[in-house]
This record gives sequence, structure tokens and C-alpha cells, in this order.
Amino acid sequence: MTHLQRIVAAVSAVVIAGLACAAGPDLGQSTRQTTNVTAIVMFAVFVFGTLWITKWAASKTRTAADFYTAGGGISGFQNGLAIAGDYMSAASFLGISGLVFANGFDGLIFSIGWLVGWPVITFLMAERLRNLGKFTFADVASYRFSQTPLRTFAAVGTLVVVVFYMIAQMVGAGQLIKILFGLDYMVAEVLVGAIMMMYVLFGGMTATTWVQIIKAVMLLGGATFMALAVLFHVGFSPEALFVQATEVHAKKDAIMGPGALIKDPVSAISVGMALMFGTAGLPHILMRFFTVPNAKEARKSVAWATTWIGYFYILTFIIGFGAIVMLIQDPVTFYVDGDISKGLKGGGNMAAVHLANAVGGNLFLGFISAVAFATILAVVAGLTLSGASAVSHDLYASVWRKGNVDSVTELRWSKGATLALGFLAIALGIAFEKENVAYMVMLAFTIACSGNFPVLFMSVLWKDCTTKGAVAGGTVGLLLATILTIGSASVWESVLNNPAGSAWFPYNSAAIFSMTAAFLVIYIVSKLDNSAQAQKERALYPAQQIRSETGVGASTASAH
Amino acid sequence: MQENDVQARIRANPRFQEFVRKRNSYSILMSVLGALAYYGFILLVAFDKEFLAAKVAPGAVTSVGIPIGIGVIVFTIALTWVYVRRANSEFDDTNASIIRDAEK
Repeated sequence: MTHLQRIVAAVSAVVIAGLACAAGPDLGQSTRQTTNVTAIVMFAVFVFGTLWITKWAASKTRTAADFYTAGGGISGFQNGLAIAGDYMSAASFLGISGLVFANGFDGLIFSIGWLVGWPVITFLMAERLRNLGKFTFADVASYRFSQTPLRTFAAVGTLVVVVFYMIAQMVGAGQLIKILFGLDYMVAEVLVGAIMMMYVLFGGMTATTWVQIIKAVMLLGGATFMALAVLFHVGFSPEALFVQATEVHAKKDAIMGPGALIKDPVSAISVGMALMFGTAGLPHILMRFFTVPNAKEARKSVAWATTWIGYFYILTFIIGFGAIVMLIQDPVTFYVDGDISKGLKGGGNMAAVHLANAVGGNLFLGFISAVAFATILAVVAGLTLSGASAVSHDLYASVWRKGNVDSVTELRWSKGATLALGFLAIALGIAFEKENVAYMVMLAFTIACSGNFPVLFMSVLWKDCTTKGAVAGGTVGLLLATILTIGSASVWESVLNNPAGSAWFPYNSAAIFSMTAAFLVIYIVSKLDNSAQAQKERALYPAQQIRSETGVGASTASAH
Repeated sequence: MQENDVQARIRANPRFQEFVRKRNSYSILMSVLGALAYYGFILLVAFDKEFLAAKVAPGAVTSVGIPIGIGVIVFTIALTWVYVRRANSEFDDTNASIIRDAEK
């Protein structure tokens, strides 16, 4: 549990200086709980169901295009659910409801940050991505540019983001399984790694999409039931919920307003930028736009995704407050030694899980535990698929073979890359078991907003952008995001064990500097680039613009 | 990737340039509204905590921050749908007619 707790605690510390200490004491390495048979059975049902779907999906995955985009036939509504399934992680379900449980209003501020990236994608990116791209976001970014340097950069940007995001998920899975199922850390690593590989390897994008849709429906359904149970308990009066919560919560009325949250406006804005623009640079999310048939469906996808994710955050807020009110009625079951001052059994992030028990008994507890674990599986599958595509489509087919490769060979490379990434995920999960990985999701967002996003944005929307400018700017953004994050307190002090106060980067997030630097370097280098290649690239802009704005010539769903 | 006849005719059509300008300024307007709502909320948290912690009515426990916070979420969702509805109907119709003209 420690790691998940730390993930949430430190991601919040990033948004919010001081919240980490308020989020509750670090309980150290999580201890294995008694084996929860109901939860394991429910999870097994989920796995068998999804593997059965994978078997069906495998019959539809014959070409590389099927593997990357599920044949391009996913509807906007389905894709919206799948995107939500890709994005709503165990950390956001357990972590945000846990934050609300501990701090009330502050949890709401935190969750809003994770929603604001979606309008940016809707208004600026969705249809252009669909119109210009085919399989990966590198297709879009390298549309009129020199393929080798740009695709190499995009593949590196993809893999770096995928690996950091994946480590956080794998370590979270290991800690979670001890508490939810009462099984060992290692069991989680092997389970997640093996099942995820089966989804991606045999079912490609079709299986991954359906796993994400099913998980999203289960998570939204379960959370809706819990929120309704809470509202029923208080007679459907939010005021009554807040009255009861402030009466029993240790912080009393302070939970109704902002707490220690934002102390330093630069960090607050910087984190806001990372979340807002980082979402538009996450390769596994961008890839989902190529699974729909046209720009219309691409727009609908994001609108549905935004709706489900926003709805989900409102539910977690109600669930957090509900846990404050309802768990206290049975301290012996939910609190350590039945003593409220000692905190929840299993730590603060267990608020939603205990509430599931309180409102729906052991069976529903098993269901929610299974859903929380299945959530990680779906996210890791999406990440692996995206990483594998970067290797097979961008590095192998485009950079190495210069596009002269048949679909069967490319598909074989996709599957090889999936296997390699699957074993890498297991190895990293084991290697980082005892490490503090709290900063990694935020680092992934910072790199996405400083490397991938500026390159994508400028290549599509700025006519004077050139290969040299894009690669130079993207590289500067990626490196600066990584270096400055290492210098911030959350890594320099908490991970590298330097003395408190010695961190040389004073803010919680690098994004405001690294993203600005990336845009500046792209601008300056492109402006200075007067090579023949640069002239050619600028001359190609009008044709690119017509395709990106109208969809004329856009790649269509592959036919069978 | 070379420009073909249809693309050349689209580019030559003044309606296309006007259409792109119109849709882009709408996208930017919506992006600015979304960013204003979020950063406005964050800056309120940073600089005026008392305002958010104030009660919605005398004697109530619900604070002003709750409807504002939930409001930012609902506003974000609504903004997205408003854009998508217009883009999927009006803008796509214009787009289709520009392409039709070019293909004649």
C-alpha cells in the first residue's frame, strides 16, 4: 500500500505543498491482509470474461492496422468510454476519494486538475489528429518532416512516458494486491504482466479497447452505486451530508474550504500546465483517436471521455464525504484497533474500499476490490500497446525499413515488442518494489507536455516549423523536464535521500519552464533553419493544412 | 502527400480560408474559456481561501467552494459538448460543401 499511498501523497504534494503531511502518516511497507476469496473470485471472472473477448478479438487481428487501431471501426461513444477507462486509474479512484476523506474540499481541487486537459484535446487536437494520423502520434508530428529524426524523437518520447507511467502502475498493483486480495507483491507483478500481455499480444487494439470499456463501465457503475447509497443515507441532501461530515471529522468545519493546498502560485500554475497540456501529449491516449472512423467520431470520443471522467470525479467527491460519515459508525470494522485516531485499516486510500463494504457488504467489497485491480490491468495494457506501436511502427517500419515492410512482418514486430515490454514491466515492477515511485506519474505528464505536446502542436499548426526545430525543441523540453524534476524536493530529497532543504529546483513542477523552453527552441531553431529541406517542409504546409482541417485524404478504416 | 487537384481547388477557395479562420477562432475562444475557469479557480484557491470557505447561506454548512468546484467540472463538460455539437453540425456541413465544390 505504501507505494500507492506515496504516489497519491506525493502527486498531491506536487499540486499542493503541504498536503502530503495532511494526507496521513506513511504506514511504511504495506502488510499482507487476510486472503479475500470473494475479491479473487470476482477478479477471476473479470479475467476469464476479458480473455474470452480477447479470443474473439484475436480472430479480427490479422494485420498491423488491426493491431494498432482495431480496424478503425470503434464508435465515438465506445472510444469515449475506452479513453475514460485508459485514464481513470486506481490512484484516481482510491487516491482522490482518500484525499477527500482526509481533507474534504482539497480533494476536489486536486481532481479538477486532472480534468482540464480534456477540453484542450477537444478544441485543438482531436480532429487534426484523426485527419493526419494513421497509427501513432508520430504519424501526425512527422507528416511533412524528415522521417528518421522526427520519428526517432517521437518514439523516444513515447517510450519514456510509457515506462515512467508503467512503473507507477506496476508498483501500485503490487502494493494493492496485498491489501485487496491478501496475496503477495510478486503475484501481482506476474498476474498483471501475463494477463496484459495476452490481451495485447493476441487481441491488439480490439481487445485492449474492450477491456478498457468493460473496466470503465464496472468502475463507473460501482462508484455510482456507492454515491447513491451515500446520498440515500443522507436523504439526498448534500447539506445534510456536509453537516454530518463536519460533525464527526477531526478537522471539523475546515474540510469545507481549501486547506494547506496551494501555497506557491508558480508551482500551482506549473502543475496546472503539466496536467492541461500533458494529457494532450500522452501517447496511449493520442493513439485512441486513430480507432474511430472520422473526425466527427473523434470529437464525440473526447466529449464522452470528458463527461465520464468529470462525472467520475464528482462521484469520488461524494464517496470521500460518504466515507467520513459512514465509516465512523463501525470503527471496529474499519479503523485500526477500532480507534478512530489511529486511522483506517490499510491506510487512508482504503476509504472507498471500506465504504463499499459498509454500503454493500462483503460481496460488493469483493466487486470493488476486483474493479480497482482490473483498473491497473487495463491501464497497463493501453500503455504497452502504445509503446509496442512506437517500436514496431515508428522505429522498425518507418525509421529502419523506411516504410518498405509488409503488414505481416510489421505485426510480428509489434508482437515481439509487446512481449519485450511485458517482461520489462514485470522486471521494473520487481526492481522498484521498495523504491519511492510517487513522482513518476507526474514526471510522465511533465515530459508529455514538454516534449511530445509542443512538437505535435507546432508541427500541425505552425507553418514555419521545421524538422530541426521540432527535434531540437522537443529534446530540450524532454531533458529539461527530467532534469528539473530530479532537482525538485519530491525526487532530490524523497528519493535520492539528500538532506531536507537541499533541493536545487524550488518548485513542485518543471512544466512552466520546460514547456516554455521547448516552444522557444522550436521557434528559434525553425526560424534560423534556412536549409533546402526546411524550405521543402514549409512548402508542404498548405497540403498538410487542407488534410488536417478538412479530412480530405485522411486515412480511412482498413477494410477486411 | 503531393497536392492534388481537389486540394489545390480547396486552397484557392476563399470560403476555405474563411472557414478555417472561423473555426480556429472558435476553438481558441473555447480553450480560453476552459483555461479561465480552471486557472481562475486555482488562483482563488491560492489567493482568496476565505471566499471559497464562506458559507452559501447564513447557518448553512455547505461552503461557496463546493458549488464552484462542482461547477468547474460541469462547465468543462458543457463547454466540450457545445463545441462538439457546433463542429459536428455547422462546421462539418460547411466543410462538406467546400469539399463538394472542389470535387465538381
